[in-house]
Amino acid sequence: MTRLRVEQPGPLALVEDLGRPGLAHLGVAGSGALDRGALRLANRLVGNPDGLAALELLVGGFRARFDGEAWFAVTGAWGPVTLDGRPVAPYTAARATDGSVLELGMAERGIRYMLGVRGGIEVPPVLGSRSRDTLAAIGPDAVEAGQVLAIGPEPAASVPLLDQEAAFPPPDGPVTIALLPGPRAEWFTDAALAALFDSPWRLSEQADRIGARLVGPPLERRVQGELASEATVPGSIQVAGGGAPTVLLADRPVTGGYPVIAIVAPGSLDAVAQLRPGQELRFRHA
Amino acid sequence: MSRRLLPSGDSALLVECDSLDEVLALHDALAASDQPGVVELVPAARTILVAVDPATLPLESAATWVRRIPAEPAVRSAGRSADGVTIRVTYDGPDLRATASLLGVTADALVELHSSIEWRVAFGGFAPGFGYLVSDDWPFEVPRLDAPRTRVPAGSVALAGAFGGVYPRQSPGGWRLIGRTGAELWNPESQPPAVLVPGRRVRFEAVGAG
Repeated sequence: MTRLRVEQPGPLALVEDLGRPGLAHLGVAGSGALDRGALRLANRLVGNPDGLAALELLVGGFRARFDGEAWFAVTGAWGPVTLDGRPVAPYTAARATDGSVLELGMAERGIRYMLGVRGGIEVPPVLGSRSRDTLAAIGPDAVEAGQVLAIGPEPAASVPLLDQEAAFPPPDGPVTIALLPGPRAEWFTDAALAALFDSPWRLSEQADRIGARLVGPPLERRVQGELASEATVPGSIQVAGGGAPTVLLADRPVTGGYPVIAIVAPGSLDAVAQLRPGQELRFRHA
Repeated sequence: MSRRLLPSGDSALLVECDSLDEVLALHDALAASDQPGVVELVPAARTILVAVDPATLPLESAATWVRRIPAEPAVRSAGRSADGVTIRVTYDGPDLRATASLLGVTADALVELHSSIEWRVAFGGFAPGFGYLVSDDWPFEVPRLDAPRTRVPAGSVALAGAFGGVYPRQSPGGWRLIGRTGAELWNPESQPPAVLVPGRRVRFEAVGAG
């Protein structure tokens, strides 16, 4: 069986698939790859079914050695990717030979690489998913240096020929994110709702798989008082007491006690996953 | 009974009720109707998130379904779904005496009431497998600890607000601890992984101090 020996995991290397939906009533979030499009693309490039587990690699600084031959593809963030020192084109399937070393340098655009391998990363599923939920501590622990990851059996489909033009790198400038109405929009002043769409925002340093806090003008509430905790969906923008919005992501708590002003449209969620701290974003109506 | 339907993205509705009792009644009615296309019902203190697969159940149809479904008046102690569970408790929690005196009863009386009434799981959400328990026969409002504990052991039986609960895993927490149980309430290998599923009836049984 082919294996991947992780020599250097970088700051955070997690196994992720499409997560475990449908368990929020038991206190379990959906989790799964933050950039789901990148996961699907990585899988498609190597002929896997959409939902096989891959590695979500934060920023870069990742090095691994293949034990055996394997097809792989790197999607999501763009940066220097090399196999035995030779550059590998992003968003394309490449073939690793036994003993070859894959290195992912610091991402230049976006912040989360997805490394898909033909056959998928084979770890025992928990509640139907191989995803690591970083808040609930469910699923496989973060990958450590020296860890050997099994690669699953060859899928039925062959490695497809795909047009490389399909590859769009994450933008390095301002990003526009589409918003749907939130359940508690009326808790906010008209000025706050206007500012949400008119102001430029920046991603703060407080951004992880649980939520992405934004920097911008404080969003003032019209309705004061406490909100009883209620269930949220991925992309919900909750506004804490100080008026700072946070986009709740895959590993969020399943209920939250701050009002949700708007919800990132599903088609824009992957772009939020690839924002870098300090990067500018703007909101538009979906 | 009023139900306000609030937007929650392109594949969910947030239904707001006037009280927890209405949430429980509506949750029972929605759960019992087995509507195709409903992915999940997530109750909370005043709301139920109705998540759908829009290809099977468009949001508009889900809204009509939620608006029209009749709901029986709520009974906190009689959740309709699933059979009951009995949890054996050793009532020797570090906060038992202080909590009883805060409520103006003896520790024995608090234990007697806690272990003689029927509870139901109203909703979850604090942590995997945690259930907020309510009962028509529970009269107390219990203030949270001023300083939450950084480490509450798994199996701690606890009180806060109008709710009872049991910590399924070790975690931080501000609830008052009145006892402990060896019952396993969270096991990802089980189906379902949580014992305290919304709607389920729960009884506590006092066992001798160990």
